[in-house]
Amino acid sequence: MKHLLTTKELSREEAELILDVTEQMAEAVTGREVPKLPALRGRTVVNLFFEDSTRTRTSFETAAKRLSADVVNFAAKTSSVNKGESLRDTALTLQAMGADAVVIRHPAAGAPQRLTEWIEGAVLNAGDGTHAHPTQALLDAYTMKKRLGGVEGRTVAIVGDILHSRVARSNIWLLSKLGAHVRLVGPPTLLPKDIDDWPVEIGYDLDASLKGVDAVMMLRVQRERQNAAFFPTANEYARLYGLDERRLALMPDHAIVMHPGPMNRGMEIAAAVADSPRATITEQVTNGVWVRMAVLYLLLTNGESK
Amino acid sequence: MSNVLIKSADIVGKGRRDVLVRDGRVAEIGSVSEKSTVAKDVEVVDADGLVLLPGLVDLHTHLREPGREDAETVLSGTRAAAKGGYTAVCAMANSYPVADTAGVVEQVAALGRAAGYADVQPIGAVSIGLEGKRLAEIGAMAQSAAAVRMFSDDGHCVHDPVLMRRALEYVKTFDGLVAQHAEEPRLTEGAQMNEGAVSAELGLPGWPSVAEEAIIARDVLLAEYTGARVHFCHVSTARSVDIIREAKARGAKVTAEVCPHHLLLTDEAARSYDPVYKVNPPLRREADVAVLRAALVEGVIDAVATDHAPHAPQDKECEWAAARPGMLGLETALSISVLALGGPAEVDWDVLAERTSRTPARIAGLEAHGRDPQPGTEANFTLVDPSATWTVVPEGLASLSRNTPYAGMELPVTVQATFLRGRATVLNGKIEEETHS
Ligand SMILES: [Zn+2]
Repeated sequence: MKHLLTTKELSREEAELILDVTEQMAEAVTGREVPKLPALRGRTVVNLFFEDSTRTRTSFETAAKRLSADVVNFAAKTSSVNKGESLRDTALTLQAMGADAVVIRHPAAGAPQRLTEWIEGAVLNAGDGTHAHPTQALLDAYTMKKRLGGVEGRTVAIVGDILHSRVARSNIWLLSKLGAHVRLVGPPTLLPKDIDDWPVEIGYDLDASLKGVDAVMMLRVQRERQNAAFFPTANEYARLYGLDERRLALMPDHAIVMHPGPMNRGMEIAAAVADSPRATITEQVTNGVWVRMAVLYLLLTNGESK
Repeated sequence: MSNVLIKSADIVGKGRRDVLVRDGRVAEIGSVSEKSTVAKDVEVVDADGLVLLPGLVDLHTHLREPGREDAETVLSGTRAAAKGGYTAVCAMANSYPVADTAGVVEQVAALGRAAGYADVQPIGAVSIGLEGKRLAEIGAMAQSAAAVRMFSDDGHCVHDPVLMRRALEYVKTFDGLVAQHAEEPRLTEGAQMNEGAVSAELGLPGWPSVAEEAIIARDVLLAEYTGARVHFCHVSTARSVDIIREAKARGAKVTAEVCPHHLLLTDEAARSYDPVYKVNPPLRREADVAVLRAALVEGVIDAVATDHAPHAPQDKECEWAAARPGMLGLETALSISVLALGGPAEVDWDVLAERTSRTPARIAGLEAHGRDPQPGTEANFTLVDPSATWTVVPEGLASLSRNTPYAGMELPVTVQATFLRGRATVLNGKIEEETHS
């Protein structure tokens, strides 16, 4: 594994290895006075963020620092919008700086893949357009593993704006690869066209889709989508596809509620549900650091030294 | 050299003949003779084993001059055209400034004459600045020295039905036509590639086929209603072909072109995220490619047109969404057309000549082009080697730009010579540097 661009390209073995190493990272660091491992001492990890996302950038930064890597934060502007430096020129700069790994977040799908053509270091996709967000899917799978005892055979409903969601895409490939049953639920306007070949069931009725689930993953929905006629109003969206307490009661008692954050309380998720003990939202944040440690470690050491 | 004896060429696949050209026109055409005495001022070109075609005519070329001379100039673009076997190209109006006045179209035509590698027929803009709001001075462009007959806002669709109707009524007076870039703009906002299974996976916003088909259907009706001529640029979907077939059966005055890339490549190419495959309209599905090929053979699609769209490196060496759409076409179109029509062994040269030369010349009103050799016709010909192959090397192309989607591919058929009014613009597969005698 030289780069991590999508979960689609991961083999099941690679995905399971990442989850195993994630567990080891959590165990190795938890309870330590100084939560730090020396594994990546002397290595440089660049956070190249073309979109503002303090949460994700901080998570990667924390992960890299806990592995003793040197971290460079490189905030950049996109060439398409701001006519700033081109992605290629930025890549050549990073190459000259000797970056061992570049963590990239970019509004354009495929930007991380382009980056691999211009730099020698490892490229780690931290979210590209509506394409992929592999570490989010890995941390979701890890969270399910911890809460539900595994992923294989579990049923997961992914609810909301599938069309614009890189989180949904990455979860679909990863969870189905790990043996989960995936249901997609949302208004037809927010589901991509021609997805008959995807390893999923598709539903438009949230109540029906919640029956028998082990986990439900609520996606963030931008209110502004109502202006492009994806749904009539935020209220109607919340009524049809929001997770409230009534719907929570339709789910089996053991089923968990996930959300990649940031949440729109009152839109896709009711405040009471977000704060309920069945919601795993803060655990997902914690697990995100372990997962990103595992991925950085595997990419930069090829798993050779532990 | 405008006195040439082309010896032993297979004339459009119908048999070998000698063709004598004097003062730019065919003087004699006769059976192959071994010992014909040749006058001193006549250059002999041995065309044994080569097929002679009427010089190719492109209905859709972006020459980028004026405005983007870093990507292409009239000179470099027409050199690329000659290399690809073309003797005439129609230059699209989306230059900077836009070709929406008599002054700009005359300038482009003059640059073409000065370059001397291919006849350049400017296309005028339908609307001022391609903005789709007010009609450009179509009459002035028609009456200018450039004698514009074809009008297009290509790059943009003439989406306002009122503007389209008025433009059609207007061009009808001089048997002009509107070449429509069929793309309903509201259905393609932010679109990056064909909408379908591949875009769903790649997370690139989709360009739905219905955005093309809806405009074609509307414009067929407007063509019938006004009695004017509409030409559809770069038809890319199977359903568009159905609509055009039905329209022609009813007698609507519509014609259509297809681009080489839509005859060969599919949206699967986008998986690389390499913007060299980004083009508008986008690469479609395998099923569309098959229907377009069949429609080209059948004649529902009238012509192959390149949509040659050179771009500077920085407009392609970037992320997909930031890249400009378009790909080079002039130097590869003949080879791809041969492939699409069954390959060099199976191709019907007469059909190839019809779709790449005669019909496009007729659509554009270029009377001296698209003619098989007959005594008196202008000697605008291409000699192709049907048994040769070549490998596309971007750095080896005559275009100033490098954005070919065929880099590294081995293609059938080479252009050995191109003659413009009897003068070789390409000879022995190489561009002639001296075009003025
Ligand atoms: Zn166009």
